[in-house]
Amino acid sequence: MRTGVIAQKVGMTRLFDANGSHVPVTVLKVDGLQVIAQRSQEKDGYVALQLGVGKAKVKNVGKPMRGHYAKAKVEPKRKVVEFRVSPDALVDVGAEITAAHYVPGQFVDVAGITVGRGFAGVMKRWNFAGLEASHGVSISHRSHGSTGGRQDPGRTFKNKKMAGHYGVDRVTVQNLKVVATDIERGLIMVRGAIPGSPGGWVQVTDAVKRARPKDAPFPAAVKA
Amino acid sequence: MSILEQLEREQIAKLTAERSVPDFGPGDTLRVSVKVVEGTRERVQAFEGVCIGRSNAGMSSSFTVRKISFGEGVERVFPLYSPRIAGIEVVRRGDVRRAKLYYLRGRTGKSARITEKTGYVAPTADAPEAEAAPAAAAKETK
Repeated sequence: MRTGVIAQKVGMTRLFDANGSHVPVTVLKVDGLQVIAQRSQEKDGYVALQLGVGKAKVKNVGKPMRGHYAKAKVEPKRKVVEFRVSPDALVDVGAEITAAHYVPGQFVDVAGITVGRGFAGVMKRWNFAGLEASHGVSISHRSHGSTGGRQDPGRTFKNKKMAGHYGVDRVTVQNLKVVATDIERGLIMVRGAIPGSPGGWVQVTDAVKRARPKDAPFPAAVKA
Repeated sequence: MSILEQLEREQIAKLTAERSVPDFGPGDTLRVSVKVVEGTRERVQAFEGVCIGRSNAGMSSSFTVRKISFGEGVERVFPLYSPRIAGIEVVRRGDVRRAKLYYLRGRTGKSARITEKTGYVAPTADAPEAEAAPAAAAKETK
């Protein structure tokens, strides 16, 4: 199992493929992605890589984290994430991983934090149909209607879909195709939409449900 | 310039190198050569009609062409930079005062005519005549 990549969502655009049809793509940016620490079976009980991406101002980094970065001899990072890897896929601390980690045509899973929608009604949150516009309905056009039975069961079942907080959830989109990569600029172009707004951090990993292509660099595409 | 703008600009430069986009705007009669795949064979089919509007959105720019085919109005929206388009030819310049000629949809025959623009000057970088050309087209050549 290879490590994943932390990327920043840049936005969406479209490309033309070989047949001339539009391909909607999300552009992801990998900037200064370095290995900060390794987690080992003996010491931590699991094998993983801690990666950091971006560039943080030193004044905004607390003392404990400054020490942590100093130990790895890397610049302070904006975002730090751990990725579980197999023991043979460990990468040296300080190594920089590039966008070449993924090859065009391969499939990836992308996890991100969805756009927050605040306290949302059932129509937005659960796609309920709401009530009628007329025929005696007053004030409650966007309400959910009945929530349960009568004397039996005498209660509303748990997990009943109701209004409430919506968004700001971690969501993984599976099996997105990598359309193109730009190694100089550190860009990965993935077909389709990805959770979150532009500027948000996302985690890109090899697709769980598809085989990794043979030409994908193992254990990682490390910058020479 | 943001990364997205830069990417789109590169794409447009690459696509226009293969097929340049002529200067045209709403009201102009166009002959659009479209590549059609029939079975295994590919041929070019012309679609001739009046451009009734343009949408300028970088890579996603498109234009709408309307024609009357066997008494039935037909509209087609083409992506401006599509590689499926072999060429765009301006047949006639129209003199119109709207950016979107949706009013043509309700009309046929005499009332759907567009007068020809006389004294058309192709927009150049410094010529003031560029103002006279359709704003959309002028923006394109910038």
